[in-house]
Amino acid sequence: MGYFLQQLVNGVTLGMIYGLIAIGYTMVYGIIGMINFAHGEIFMIGAFVSLIGFMLLGLAGVTWVPAMLLIVLVATMALTAVYGWALERVAYRPLRNSPRLAALITAIGMSIFLQNYVQLLQGARVKPLQPVVSGGFAFLADGDFTVNLSYLQLIIIVVTFALMVGFTYLITRTAFGRAQRACQQDLGMAALVGVNVNHTIAFTFVIGASLASVAGLMFLLNYGVIDFYIGFLAGIKAFTAAVLGGIGSLPGAMLGGLLIGLIEAFWSAYFTVEYKDVAAFSILVLVLIFRPTGLLGKPDVEKV
Amino acid sequence: MLRVDGLHTFYGHIEALRGVDLTVEEGEIVTLIGANGAGKSTLLMTLCGSPRAARGTISFDGRDITAMPTHEIVRLGIAQAPEGRRIFPFMTVLENLQMGAITTDPRHFDTDLERVFELYPRLRERRHQTGGTLSGGEQQMLAIGRALMSRPRLLLLDEPSLGLAPNLVKQIFTVVREINEGQGVTVFLVEQNAYHALRLAHRGYVMANGRIILSGTGQELLANPEIRAAYLEGGH
Repeated sequence: MGYFLQQLVNGVTLGMIYGLIAIGYTMVYGIIGMINFAHGEIFMIGAFVSLIGFMLLGLAGVTWVPAMLLIVLVATMALTAVYGWALERVAYRPLRNSPRLAALITAIGMSIFLQNYVQLLQGARVKPLQPVVSGGFAFLADGDFTVNLSYLQLIIIVVTFALMVGFTYLITRTAFGRAQRACQQDLGMAALVGVNVNHTIAFTFVIGASLASVAGLMFLLNYGVIDFYIGFLAGIKAFTAAVLGGIGSLPGAMLGGLLIGLIEAFWSAYFTVEYKDVAAFSILVLVLIFRPTGLLGKPDVEKV
Repeated sequence: MLRVDGLHTFYGHIEALRGVDLTVEEGEIVTLIGANGAGKSTLLMTLCGSPRAARGTISFDGRDITAMPTHEIVRLGIAQAPEGRRIFPFMTVLENLQMGAITTDPRHFDTDLERVFELYPRLRERRHQTGGTLSGGEQQMLAIGRALMSRPRLLLLDEPSLGLAPNLVKQIFTVVREINEGQGVTVFLVEQNAYHALRLAHRGYVMANGRIILSGTGQELLANPEIRAAYLEGGH
């Protein structure tokens, strides 16, 4: 029981990280119908910006942990958002009306470009970070097994939850969110009522990138090491999460992320760690075969 | 108010408009009739910049809007209830109307909303229902209501009567007159239902194969034997 609870905690933490990345995939797909395969790299850049942030704060002598976390969080979201914006502006907007394949190939190209860009600037070696947040609660001692909820896991869960609540509010209750949903449902009609479609799409990338950057920050804190290649696997996992939840659906992305995190955690715990990625991707295959619209996805509406 | 000169538009390699000239004066209801595929809807969409005109000019209040981005054209006071209605299917009726109002001062919202609900009490009843679940007639009301929410000076209507039961068609046309006379909105109406449209309109144009082939007052066109044969045969 203790063991099970521990895996639950681990799985939820991991799932939160995937969920944050998956939102970016699903929003971009929803609005321009393309899979932004460079999104994993945005997550990776978020992790690097966070790492640099912690280093700079260390040099500046800031040691109070809550202040460090807050400053790095805000700075990372802002800086990574610029990358997201630039990605859309430079690589995708010129191809808006091209065949889908062109945009897809460009996305893969941007993914490779961003990996190499970070590798060149930061080097190929694994970058470590001293633990910033340590300690935690131990509870439910079950025989000789204690369930641990580290402060870090708690922070990850709380921050992600808060971001998702804020984000859901933005999309469902504000004028921007309405414009965003209108663009998702009918881009041409949104322009006909006066929505500046280019701004809305750019802002979608900005939001997706800043959420992914938070995931990058959390990944860095959780694992303590990053390199230029982490975006690939995390990106594909989050993409799987978005497909599992139903691509285009925001609650779906969050749910999908959580499920992928849980599947990975439990698979590693009860079966073999080596095959945890296989487990996650088998889910992708099964979903694509048996329920291509995902758990919460809506089938395409026929536009007359 | 609206002036179109020598307009050509392509869809891929197909030339959908082959030199269209027409004008709409302030306060008028002008109708454009023609068979399926004549280019009527293309013309309305080209007026809003999507697709772009390949040649020719469109001017509104003397200002050239041919190359203006779609969302800025709307801000000048041109609203469209397009072909197929294009309601945002997963948004509620109220949200659809809010989308119509994004170009206007938010302080007007409540009075404008009230006015649309007076024109179409049905929309008030359904305001929390999503657009995709409405009937065809209700969707048409919503499409017109959404266009009105932007306080347009020129309203472009694309086949509002298409696929509706006869009593609903009558109602739609009555409301168009009310919008024109009561609220002073200029209306440019594309229709296949030529009889109703010509009776309602001050002037009309007839389109075939991407060109305007005839024009005149509504009465003149109704009386024209060619029109009777081509578009009014089989009664109404």
